[in-house]
Amino acid sequence: MMENTEPIISIHNLIAKYGEKTILDGINVDIQANEITVILGGSGCGKTTLLKNILRLYEPYSGSVKFWGQEVLGLEEDEFGIVLKQIGMLFQNGALLNSLSIYENVSIPLEQHTKLPHAIRDRMIKVKLDLVKLSHAVHLLPSELSGGMKKRAALARAIALDPKILFCDEPSAGLDPLTSAALDELILDLKHQLGMSIVIVTHELASIHRIADKIIFLDGGKMLYYGTLKAAMQAKIPQIDHFFAVGKF
Amino acid sequence: MNSFKIVNNTLFLSGELVQSTVPNLLSQIEPMLKKEHPVMIDIAQVSKMDSSGVALLDEIQAQLQTQSGITMLSGVPENLKPMLETFTSLKLKSSHPPLKDGFLVALGGACYTGFSNLKEALVLAADIYFWSFVGLVRHKGQRKGSLYQQGVLLGVNALPIVALLSFIIGFILALQSAVQLRNFGANVFIADLLAVTMVREMGPMLTAIIVAGRSGSAIASEIATMQVTEEIDALKMMAINPIRYVIVPKFHAISLVMPVLVAFSILVGELGGALVALSYLDLSIDVFVNRTIEIITLKDLIVSFGKSTFFAWVIVIIGSYFGFQVKGGAEGVGKATTASVVASIFAVIVFDAVFSLLYL
Repeated sequence: MMENTEPIISIHNLIAKYGEKTILDGINVDIQANEITVILGGSGCGKTTLLKNILRLYEPYSGSVKFWGQEVLGLEEDEFGIVLKQIGMLFQNGALLNSLSIYENVSIPLEQHTKLPHAIRDRMIKVKLDLVKLSHAVHLLPSELSGGMKKRAALARAIALDPKILFCDEPSAGLDPLTSAALDELILDLKHQLGMSIVIVTHELASIHRIADKIIFLDGGKMLYYGTLKAAMQAKIPQIDHFFAVGKF
Repeated sequence: MNSFKIVNNTLFLSGELVQSTVPNLLSQIEPMLKKEHPVMIDIAQVSKMDSSGVALLDEIQAQLQTQSGITMLSGVPENLKPMLETFTSLKLKSSHPPLKDGFLVALGGACYTGFSNLKEALVLAADIYFWSFVGLVRHKGQRKGSLYQQGVLLGVNALPIVALLSFIIGFILALQSAVQLRNFGANVFIADLLAVTMVREMGPMLTAIIVAGRSGSAIASEIATMQVTEEIDALKMMAINPIRYVIVPKFHAISLVMPVLVAFSILVGELGGALVALSYLDLSIDVFVNRTIEIITLKDLIVSFGKSTFFAWVIVIIGSYFGFQVKGGAEGVGKATTASVVASIFAVIVFDAVFSLLYL
């Protein structure tokens, strides 16, 4: 079977600024389908900024971002909304709506973007919550959940519409190693079983080793490397070697 | 193109079972299932499926199982198996919604909660009073300059709004009364009416309502935010009593500024009334001032300032109580603030009625 090598996300010469300060300087990368791409680098190198610029949560200063070959910078809100329906986002702190129960949080995208009858929606919501091991907590409010549970609930909401691409901003941050590993397993399942493409921002080394197919290494707002983790380790790039060396114990 | 048919007790589905096609498909299949009861669902011809498609299959199976006992899925394409296994809801344990309480249970629960809340509020009030009296002689555990800072926040900054509203209320009271008094030739009694109303009732109550809305909400939201962001816990861990550190300066400050605010409110309210009395009823300034001084007794002033101080304490205690009771994040802070304002205004009006009955 011929593999489709057309990138799902193409970023060309992306420049992001906060005021006069340049945060990302000329990022060029093509992200392939059905891969887990990890964006990594030290604190303040622009990982989350890159993620948010790709998704236009921050409007890039210049450059090009294409999803499935379609340029999204400059798209009107409703046109970009069509693209966003095929994308899920797991925010660093979950970003659940505090006034709504977990069940209601997961139901938001299904209610807003589909015409599915209640019985079908109900099954989908319960399955997604079961996938993230939150069947027992469907009617709880986010304030009644632990940090790990919040992340899992947010993941259930992010995959509610069966997105083709899932973005995760530091999914393992603040989690214990077991919860973090379980979340990684879930992310791997989403990739292997459902063919989801996943882009993750993290600097958790254990997590990177477990899940990364490709890595994007950022340093000082520039992309130093894009490729497989194994090749990165052999590339003899001092910043990358240092990044992985200090994490060893 | 999606299609379905029932042949030999088997429901054949074909095409794409995805979010865009599932609603139509279900609405077409459901009426058919009421007439025919297939025991098998064949999805060999299904080319694409997402989790809504899996939910559709589950829903059909669930409906058929109640009618014909058992339903089987056949012809599952190899590429759809992971999707089916991952998203099937049939593996979930059925959960029953919690039973609703009966009327008596709910009533009993509400009474119990009410008494518990009242008990907690009274314990907090006792704590605040105790540390406030201790704080008068020992300033340890309080931030330097906090009394002055709170005095400005709760008192000085409230002066403009108290002045504006009191002037308007005094003006309206005088205007409405003036029309009636002039009919009876009793123009001079406008001064009596205004003095009694402003000193005994409107001054303290109006000021208390403004303070409850302005400062009470600020106190509740500040404490609630501190509670949510674990600042209260941080104070406790530094061996600092949060009541002493956060609430006592507010309690002292509001006890000092509230009588001043009330006095200001009475004065400005009288000015608003005087405007009507001098211009509409043609009273002289001497007559208006003399009648006003004549009618106000020392007892009126003591009761007025006394109850205004009591209202101030009620506002601080209620604000603090709802602040400490906060649950959740930003949403909880909003709810605590709203509940605090409503409860404070309610309490002020109820206690004002009690004072009016006691000191007629």
